Amino acid sequence: MGLLRDTLRELRYYPSAIVGLVIISLLVLFSIYTVIAIPYEEAITLWRGGETVWYRLPRTVPPAWTNLFRSKKLPESLILDSREGAAERTEESLSKGEGKQIRLVYTFNFSYDEFPEDLSLYFYPTYTEKPPFVSVLWVTPDGREIRITDQAVKRGAFRFIQDKKLQRRLRRKVGDFPANVALFADPASTEADEPVPLKGTYRLEVLATTFDQESNLEAELIVYGKVYGIAGTDHLRRDLKVALMWGAPVALAFGLLAAVGTTVTTMIIAAIGVWFSGIVDGIIQRITEVNLMLPLLPILIMIGTFYSRSIWVILGATILFSIFGASIKTYRAIFLQIRESPYIEAARAYGASDFRIIFRYLIPRILPILIPNLVTLIPSFVFLEASLAVLGLGDPILPTWGKLIQDSLSNGALYKGLYYWVLEPSALLMITGLGFAMLGFTLDRVFNPRLREI
Amino acid sequence: MAEQALPVEKGVTAPAGESTFMRLAKYTLMRTVVLFFTVVAGVYVTVIIANMGGYVDEIRRGEIRENISIAVMNNPAYKSYTLEQKRELIEELSRLEEKRLGLDKPFLVRSFFFLRNALTLRLGFAQRMVSDAGSRQVRLIILERLPTTLLLFGTADLLLFFSSVFIALILSRQYGSFWDRVFVALSPTSAAPGWFYGIFLILVFASWLRILPFGDLVDVPPPETPVLYALSVLKHLILPTMAIIIGAIFVSVYSWRTFFLIYSSEDYVELARAKGLSDRTIERRYILRPTLPTIITNFALLVISLWTGAPILETVFNWPGLGRTLFQAIGLFDVPVIVGSTVIFAYLLAITVFLLDILYAIVDPRVRIGGGGGR
Repeated sequence: MGLLRDTLRELRYYPSAIVGLVIISLLVLFSIYTVIAIPYEEAITLWRGGETVWYRLPRTVPPAWTNLFRSKKLPESLILDSREGAAERTEESLSKGEGKQIRLVYTFNFSYDEFPEDLSLYFYPTYTEKPPFVSVLWVTPDGREIRITDQAVKRGAFRFIQDKKLQRRLRRKVGDFPANVALFADPASTEADEPVPLKGTYRLEVLATTFDQESNLEAELIVYGKVYGIAGTDHLRRDLKVALMWGAPVALAFGLLAAVGTTVTTMIIAAIGVWFSGIVDGIIQRITEVNLMLPLLPILIMIGTFYSRSIWVILGATILFSIFGASIKTYRAIFLQIRESPYIEAARAYGASDFRIIFRYLIPRILPILIPNLVTLIPSFVFLEASLAVLGLGDPILPTWGKLIQDSLSNGALYKGLYYWVLEPSALLMITGLGFAMLGFTLDRVFNPRLREI
Repeated sequence: MAEQALPVEKGVTAPAGESTFMRLAKYTLMRTVVLFFTVVAGVYVTVIIANMGGYVDEIRRGEIRENISIAVMNNPAYKSYTLEQKRELIEELSRLEEKRLGLDKPFLVRSFFFLRNALTLRLGFAQRMVSDAGSRQVRLIILERLPTTLLLFGTADLLLFFSSVFIALILSRQYGSFWDRVFVALSPTSAAPGWFYGIFLILVFASWLRILPFGDLVDVPPPETPVLYALSVLKHLILPTMAIIIGAIFVSVYSWRTFFLIYSSEDYVELARAKGLSDRTIERRYILRPTLPTIITNFALLVISLWTGAPILETVFNWPGLGRTLFQAIGLFDVPVIVGSTVIFAYLLAITVFLLDILYAIVDPRVRIGGGGGR
């Protein structure tokens, strides 16, 4: 442990090591926070739950903070749910005693420079026989009233853009624009055919008539914006935040396990080979040469396609094929030198067993080379996992950074200019890779004084 | 990295009686034999992995059935048979043929059949993919895509090697300068693979600035004259080559410059300086030469890792090479193509190692003079 303390003390003098350590600690904290804030089960539901989980979010929109850099502010998403008290509610019984009238008034302020992406009204009626009859009225800030729809509603959505009747009505009243534009447009601008949104307070009134006293109606108004949340959304309306957050623990776990598994096993095998020499050493050398000839990624692709895409299977295969890597030769060269040291001879003289010598005398001497190697290996495994995901062989369940990149690339994010979708996971991958690589490179210089002098 | 910079043992003497050429030839022959066995073992491992679920068996069965179907359908002797009779005949003949080829033998025996087929490039028929010329033979599909892959990676590897050596030499001359520190500081960026930078390059040059193509080999439609065609290919080559180079150059410059520095602190370099030799001569004769074997070993490992990354780099750049064929085969679940491409990749690695081995023999005086042998 003295070694560790000395190293840490020395690392203070290397800014890149400090940056690397800070990045790694932040990543670890971020991962712990993620696992606590969005437990595994919840993350899976959020990521793979289907439309019923994602319907509230707009489709492929950048994160909300991008508005800071825009002169024309894009609208944020607005969710007004009467079940959560977001609507002003008045009820009165009808005179005959059969049924009642429910009025839901949604009021919201709209002060953006662009039109929203879409509008939807979700109805949640409760009734026994006859569904409630609903009239919806739109009131603009300048007091114009536009009738949206009159219909009996069952549980479901009214989509403003897709409604033909509304479209016809709007064409007569406002002009030939889709509903999301027509409803928000400044009347002065629609005449010039260059619609600009009218800023101010909008109102949506839902007037429902029920046919018995027990019936009820709740409704949810969603104004889909053009920006969303801290990370934006993808083509399935999923919040990228979930995958970005969960990518961290997955990447760290994969990188760390693969790097530790590989380096430690490689080292032990190299030590055994050197110590027993002869046939054992020869076999290990030959296996290494054959293994160097095996194309790792295509073989992992083969395993992923034929057998299992689970991240743990891929992890196991990765470790297995990396054990006999090029570093075995490096370790071997060093072990060969150590083997000739006098203290090894002394250990033999007092009758230490082979394995005692290997594990107590040979291996500890190589740690100064091993630790930087291990740290530098982590990012290459993190990127390997991402590579497999980009090839469509990512874990079928877990959301990872690589899968985000794959989603974005296969949905043409680069062609369509949806840069946030590509850049967010890439930036996180880059930061993770750089953090470990910076620390690893510095450790290499600290532990190998030959490099430090230069 | 730096561990490979351990100084070579010095004071090797030449045994008399053999010419340099003979020794080189002997060394090359030895390496060829060793590499051949290594490749055979590598391909065997690939076959075994592929066949763990009996996939290669299926490929073979499919191939047999295909051949027999064609033979039966084209044979005038069976012309009077109904479709049902023909199908029965095909079943029967396939069963016999499978038996003849030993597909009913135990796996250990069969695996050697597969090995022989893989080594002779009898890779079977694709299930869904077709080569541009219309053939369904995996070998033809792969051979058709191979040149583009070689073009891309050959260009990138050569550029990478020469620019890295050049920059590393310059930096070792001005140790501690601004650019030296820039390269040292940037060396951790090589932790990310080429395709990763490829995405950024596409974003900047194709999507944002719109001055270079997103990917693919040539413009659509392809230019008519050969000169224009070549220029179009060249234009499409820029971004993927840049991606490969950016992904590797900083770390290789960093470690090669370190090799140069280690060798330039040797006593004989001091002596050469004292003798008053020019800097150029010292660099060429006393620093570059002894460092080259180490650099080539280092470069060999780098090239191997670059080859391995081909499927994804070609996919990102939509480059119609071997790697993208593998990617398409994954999408279509075309088993023979997947296995075939993997085998070809193993060959490519072997050929790369072989070429670099010969280069190593040429630059390493120990091999030429006949001392300590290879690596």
